[in-house]
Parts: sequence; structure tokens; C-alpha cells
Amino acid sequence: MKRIAVPLYLLLSFIPIYWLVGMSLKTNEEILGGFTLWPRNPTFANYVTIFTDPDWSDGYINSLTYVGINTVLSVLLALPAAYAFSRYRFLGDSHLFFWLLSNRMSPPAVFLLPFFQLYSSIGLFDTPWAVALAHMLFTVPLAVWILEGFMSGVPREIDETAYIDGYSFPRFFVRIFLPLIRSGVGVTAFFCFMFSWVELLLARTLTAVEAKPIVATMTRTVSAAGMDWGLLAAAGVLTLVPGAVVIYFVRNYIAKGFALGRV
Amino acid sequence: MNKPTNQRAWLLVLPVLVAVAFSAIIPLMTVVNYSVQDILGPEQRVFVGTEWFRKVLRDPELHGALRRQLGFSLAVLALEIPLGVALALVLPKEGRAASVCLVLLGLPLLIPFNVVGTIWQIFARGDIGLFGVVINALGVEYNYTSNALDAWLTVLLMDVWHWTPLVALLCYAGLRAIPEAYYQAARIDGASAWATFRFIQLPRLRGVLTIAVLLRFMDSFMIYTEPFVLTGGGPGNATTFLSQYLTRLAVGQFDLGPAAAFSLVYFLVILLLSYIFYTAMTASTSTTGSKEAR
Repeated sequence: MKRIAVPLYLLLSFIPIYWLVGMSLKTNEEILGGFTLWPRNPTFANYVTIFTDPDWSDGYINSLTYVGINTVLSVLLALPAAYAFSRYRFLGDSHLFFWLLSNRMSPPAVFLLPFFQLYSSIGLFDTPWAVALAHMLFTVPLAVWILEGFMSGVPREIDETAYIDGYSFPRFFVRIFLPLIRSGVGVTAFFCFMFSWVELLLARTLTAVEAKPIVATMTRTVSAAGMDWGLLAAAGVLTLVPGAVVIYFVRNYIAKGFALGRV
Repeated sequence: MNKPTNQRAWLLVLPVLVAVAFSAIIPLMTVVNYSVQDILGPEQRVFVGTEWFRKVLRDPELHGALRRQLGFSLAVLALEIPLGVALALVLPKEGRAASVCLVLLGLPLLIPFNVVGTIWQIFARGDIGLFGVVINALGVEYNYTSNALDAWLTVLLMDVWHWTPLVALLCYAGLRAIPEAYYQAARIDGASAWATFRFIQLPRLRGVLTIAVLLRFMDSFMIYTEPFVLTGGGPGNATTFLSQYLTRLAVGQFDLGPAAAFSLVYFLVILLLSYIFYTAMTASTSTTGSKEAR
């Protein structure tokens, strides 16, 4: 039972991805013409289109830029906050935590307009910074939560010994503490990357031309030239690549395990 | 739980607070502003008090969307949480097999929302998509573009496929953090697999399960892009969840006032339900005392 369950689930969960890859190698006529289990005449034309059109490659670079900024900023800001939550009690700590989390709950649609106005008014509209900052609303609370879990796994005696040995807080934090929670930083970065990479509405609303993300390039191409399914699928396959690379790097950190304590 | 009280810890939290407050509070106040005004033109606004709120709360279409939404989110939780936990329990524990499984498992999580919808749009088609063709070949009438139930189930299946890995990854990590000594003790006591799960693994998973339940609840309650791409809310209103309806109100009819009032009600509903989950799951942590082990 155990032996079959995992391969079976992974196989089933891989089928839609296989379908995406298959579609990317087909022509539109073949996709819409009838059911074929695999491409009859595999063609790389869709990929050629993407790699030769700067609109697409710009989209990738733009997306990776704001996702990168978001991941770095989220982790950097969450580190001290998570340390405070894991080591001290302070006025309003548990409420503060729930408030941080509540920012994930603002439904899109209407909130998009004030976001647009806010970032326009400070001149960040159509820059990767706008998207990165907006995405921090849902990546930062998660980052704090995950890092707090890892930090609570480190005995407090380590902090105390370091202070007795004359370490200042910043030096202790960077030299001693950070290496101890290295895998936590990796896992946190993975989740920030993931949630920022897959988000569409905010990324599309806060950009126009200069910082247009790949997901927006995809939707705009669809509306302009009708449904180009093959091209769309090829772009979709390429959006999987950065994520696959990231999860490959953090797989061992996840496998080591972590318990999330404070909730 | 004998952490020292230190109010200076606020200084460490401050950067996060400023960054989040900047992007959170100003838009929220703007929406509150919209919700009590009738916007007639760029410079013409009339204060209307609670009129939009009363209008929205009596809207029968909104009640329908809310019912569908609650049904959908509960179904998502009922399927994804047990499935995710079960997967986490049977995944290989170490070595190359564990690496390969984790990477494969995580793949659906990293697909942008609109691509998820695009895949299933063709994948589930009865005439040209693998999933639809197989289901029809099994003798089941299935057409997600015309049958309301089929459409609803397709969105649900898509979500289960897309997000169960998140629950599984979190639980897997939580399970790996349980010290081997716990299992040894269980073996010495001759505990059954179920008893081991119920009294050792499940209590130690509470932290990761809380975040998994909250994340899945909040995100499924705000689901927009995937059903929008897959079904556009149809057939009829079968897959019009709250976000779709809200967008129709805000963008389609350009009723900013009612849409803003709706957004706030929507926000409060998520907040309330999340708070119930949050307190229920954290309260049970302290009664079983699993935190003492920290």
C-alpha cells in the first residue's frame, strides 16, 4: 500500500504537467483538432517564438527581478522580527502576529485600485519595487512564522553564552545564530519565492510596460491574437523552470524537517 | 513558555511593521472611504453612510456566491488536509528517493495561477483533453463547460491537485522534526501505527497544520484567477465564487461604492473565520501541552 501510494500520487499529479509539456510541442491545429495523447509532429516553433521575441524574455527577467527583491527583503525584515517573537514576550505580541497574517486576507479586485493609486503616488508604479513591496503583504507574515519556528528550535542558552562571551547582538546574530538556522532561511526563501512567483493580479495591476511580468505577457498575448494555446503552453512550461530550480536547492532543508511553534 | 518580557523587542519587529503597514493600511483606508461614498465624478463625491452596506448585505446574488464559496472552501479543507497529511506520512524519509519525491511533489505549487487554469481548460475538455476523454471513456457523462456540477468538481479537483503539495510539504517537514526517541518509546510500548499517529505525530504536527489550514482556507476563500481562466464563473453562476462576483461588481458594472462595501464585508468574514480557526487550533495546543517540549 505504502509502496504504491506515493508513486501513484506523483504519477497522477504529473499528468497535467505532462499535458502542458505536450501542448507546448503541438501546433494549435493539433491541440484543437482532436485528442492526441502525445504530439504527432513535435515542433519547437512555440519555444522559438518565445526565445526570439524580446517581449517574452523581458517578462521573465522582470518577474525574476521582483520575485528576487521580494524574497531578499522579506527574509531580511523577517529575521529580526522572528527573533523577537521567538525569544521575548512583549506587549501585544500575539495580536501583532495575527494582524500581520490578516494582511493576506484582503480580497483582490477592489483592493487593486488603491494599491495602484498608492504606488503611483510615490512614483513606484511600473517598477519591480511596487510588485515586490505589495507581495510582501503575504510573504512577510509567512516568513516570520517559518523563521520563528526554526529559531525556537535553537536553545536560548546559546544566545546567553554568546552575550557572556562579549558578543554584541548584531555580531552574535550574523556570526553564530544565522548559521544555525541556515536551513530555515532556505525554506523561508522558497516559500516567499513561490507565493510571489505564482501571483498574477497584483503583479499585473502594478506594472504596465517597463516591469511587465511574464504572467501578464501571457494574458495580454491571449487577448490580442486570439488563443494561441501552443505558445501559451510553452510559456507555461518555462515558468516552471525557475521554481523547479529553487525547490531542487531547498529539498534537503525541507527533508531535515521543521516544526512551526508559535501560532 | 518562560520567555523573558522585553519591550525593546518591539524595535526588532518595527521594520516588518512599517513595511507591512505601508502597503496594508493606506489601501484599506481608501476602500473604507469608497464604501461610504457615492462617486459621481472625479471631484464629485457624496457621503452615503451605510447605504452600500445595506444594499450589499441584501443582495441575493451575493448570498448565492457566499454559499458556493463556503461549500468550496470547506471541501478544499476536507480533501487537502487529510490527503496532505497522509502523503506526508508515506513519503520516503531520506536519501535520493526523498529528494526526487519532494521536487516532483512541489512542482504544481510553482505554476503561476493563470497557467494552472490554462492547463485544465484544455486538459479537462471532453473532446480534446486527456482528463475529459478518459472520464468520458469510463462511461461517465462529463462536460465542465455545460454541466454545473462538473464545472464545480473540476475547479475543486484542480485546486486539490494544485495545493495538496503545500499541505504535504509542511506536514512532511513537521514529521521530520520529531525526534527518533519518540518513535522508540512508542515501539517499546508496542503502540499501533494509529496510536503512534494519534498520540505522537498529530500533536507534534499542530503548528504546521495550523498554518496549512489557515493558508488553504484564506487562499481558497479568495480564489479568483484559476476559475476565472477555467470557467469564467460559469456555466450560469456555478463557479462564481465571491471574488468573481466582486470583480463583476467593481469592474463590470463599475459600482465602486457597493464593491468597496462588499470588499470590507468579505474581508471581515475571512478575518472572523480565520480567527476562529486560529484560536481553536492554538487553544488545543496549550491543553495538550505539546509546547512544553520546546
